[in-house]
Amino acid sequence: MSEQTDIRTSQPLGLAKRGYSGVIQRLAVADAASALAGHELESRLIELGFVEGARVEVLHEGIVGRDPIAVRVENVTIALRRREAMAIIVA
Amino acid sequence: MEAPLLHLALVGTPNSGKTSLFNALTGSRQKVANYPGVTVERKEGFFVTPAGRQVSLVDLPGTYSLRGRSPDEEITRDMVLGRTPGEAVPDLILCVADATNLRLTIRLLLELKNTGRPMMLVLNMFDIAARRGVSVDVPKLSEALGVPVVTSIAVRKGGIAELLRRTDEIAAQEQTPAGPNRWQPLTASQLRATQREADRIINSAVTLPAKPDTWTAQIDAVVLHPVAGLFILALILFLMFQAVFAWAQPLMELLSSAFDALGQFVHDTLPEGLLQSFLQNGVISGVGSVIVFLPQIIIIFLFILLLEDFGYMARAAFLMDRIMGGAGLHGRAFIPLLSSFACAIPGIMATRVIDNRRDRLTTILIAPLMTCSARIPVYTLIISAFIPDRDVWGWFNLRGLVLFGLYAAGITSALGVSFLVKFFMLRDYAPAPFMLELPDYKLPRLKSIAIGVYTRAKMFLQRAGTTIFSMMVLIWFLASFPTAPAGAEGPAINYSLAAIIGKAIEPLLAPLGFNWQIAVALIPGMAAREVAVAALGTVYAIEGGKEAADQIGHVLATKWSLATALSLLVWYIFAPQCASTLAVIRRETGGWRWMAVTFFYMLALAYLASLATYNIAVALGAG
Ligand SMILES: Nc1nc2c(ncn2[C@@H]2O[C@H](COP(=O)(O)OP(=O)(O)OP(=O)(O)O)[C@@H](O)[C@H]2O)c(=O)[nH]1
Ligand SMILES: [Mg+2]
Repeated sequence: MSEQTDIRTSQPLGLAKRGYSGVIQRLAVADAASALAGHELESRLIELGFVEGARVEVLHEGIVGRDPIAVRVENVTIALRRREAMAIIVA
Repeated sequence: MEAPLLHLALVGTPNSGKTSLFNALTGSRQKVANYPGVTVERKEGFFVTPAGRQVSLVDLPGTYSLRGRSPDEEITRDMVLGRTPGEAVPDLILCVADATNLRLTIRLLLELKNTGRPMMLVLNMFDIAARRGVSVDVPKLSEALGVPVVTSIAVRKGGIAELLRRTDEIAAQEQTPAGPNRWQPLTASQLRATQREADRIINSAVTLPAKPDTWTAQIDAVVLHPVAGLFILALILFLMFQAVFAWAQPLMELLSSAFDALGQFVHDTLPEGLLQSFLQNGVISGVGSVIVFLPQIIIIFLFILLLEDFGYMARAAFLMDRIMGGAGLHGRAFIPLLSSFACAIPGIMATRVIDNRRDRLTTILIAPLMTCSARIPVYTLIISAFIPDRDVWGWFNLRGLVLFGLYAAGITSALGVSFLVKFFMLRDYAPAPFMLELPDYKLPRLKSIAIGVYTRAKMFLQRAGTTIFSMMVLIWFLASFPTAPAGAEGPAINYSLAAIIGKAIEPLLAPLGFNWQIAVALIPGMAAREVAVAALGTVYAIEGGKEAADQIGHVLATKWSLATALSLLVWYIFAPQCASTLAVIRRETGGWRWMAVTFFYMLALAYLASLATYNIAVALGAG
């Protein structure tokens, strides 16, 4: 509860539309209703390059519920579901 | 003095080119085996360095970290840490990086350094990096990382000489032994810190171009489009099936007439008798009727290997993730299921990339329902005997359409089974996450495709030479002995062991419209599906003489009703007729239980579906 100042612009990547681009602010694994335990989800996201400060862009969306999404993280493209992307707070 | 064998291991993120480098270094001196206990392919190769040192190299599954989340990642971790029983700790780790995409590999490398093993970083795909304007200050990178760095172009054997020279150098410094192993699973904050460190090092030594790969972006704009993408996927699959049926035909006819000629030659040169019958009916018409399908098997593997090498498979998984999710399947299951179209065995082995045990189990259970290439001989034989060769709606071939329908039935039933599993057995199911890197597209390498197709074709022919051959000898024996008593009426086969066995089972299969000849063919067909075709070939050849051996299709068309043919086709969609698949399921799931479940559920499905097909067909007048 330290980010009151940027609350206006920051949002979970899980809600971002195709074409959105921003920078990762923090990982909030408790916010994602993932089947994975929080620390496990956090570790996996970091291993795929989702760390604070990384530049992300939503490139593609699936057909069912606009899910999953293909995200450009720096210079890698990662596919993930919106459910897990909820843990990535971007602005 | 002979230097001891030097052990090298290839480690790196998925798709960084480890296998390509492995092939470049070891050439044909490879052997593929299994790790004890689990069926994960263990690829080891050998080569000699310029300094004359003997080297053993192992190719390991790609991984992003040493945490070992899935069975294949555990293999890599245990190997690197020297925990694999019976395996030497690697003397040198070759960490293979895709030079266009260093972030994740450098982080992995920093983690690997904790193991204390000597290490070398191989910046692979340097051709692509150069073309795209990625420039790497190699000495600076090496200094910042504290490990030697070389560049390579694995698919063109570029940079191999330097790599070997450095290997010799490292091997010569025996006075600097490996450091202690300080590796422990990293916490999230340690992971973060290593990623930061990696980013910092990359920033200091690597200049990236402003624009990402435009080719990949342009292709993805179409291929990953929610609607167009699915359409393209369906088109690719459809094309694959039409190709299997239409393109292979001329070659198959060629092979078939070659075997006929060979049989005829044996018939003409050898005196009438047991040896002639054995060679002509048992060996040539039996094994030949299977080998004829080699072109189709090559085509299906060609398609799958091309799609894999191009980088399309991960896209297919992306497109299908939520759609398959409706049936309780994980998007990652798409790749194993698609390879199961070639053969369920590599398909089931490929499920090891699925980390969630339930997702993996469901995928293993339904993989054998995918129409593998061994069904093609059976399908083709029956379709060409019973389905007219006609064009429908202008440019579709009716036979191709029926084949497509059989594939579709396999897929639909697989999805249905998976749905039921999710619904009844694994009720408290929370969908495991789907996270997958979409690699940049690469132009498929003719050579690696050729190697892949060649290995598969060789495996098929070996099977034809061993399993199928021995089954054929058995069938020939059963169908030929005891010989008919003097003055007996009808074909001699009616008095044989085969007839006795077939007739004993016939009542069980009669409701499905199967005669005793089919019953006889189905038993050895339990070993491998295509054996049934060969067995039918032998049984009818012995029964009907020479002209039957020439044209097994024609014989079937006169001996079976359409209802029987359709019923047998449907039987083959479901029946668990492959001993090797069942064995792999047992090994992969670590017990008999799931193998038994697979066997009985498939058998039950086959029986019920054939029963329904036969009765409906008879009711419609096809009996
Ligand atoms: N242009 C170019 N392509 C390469 C090079 N090395 C590998 N490739 C291609 O990259 C793709 C992946 O290579 P693989 O060798 O299968 O990668 P891998 O690391 O074994 O992948 P996994 O086993 O899935 O982790 C293939 O399409 C190769 O043809 C290279 O140096 N240059
Ligand atoms: Mg590989």
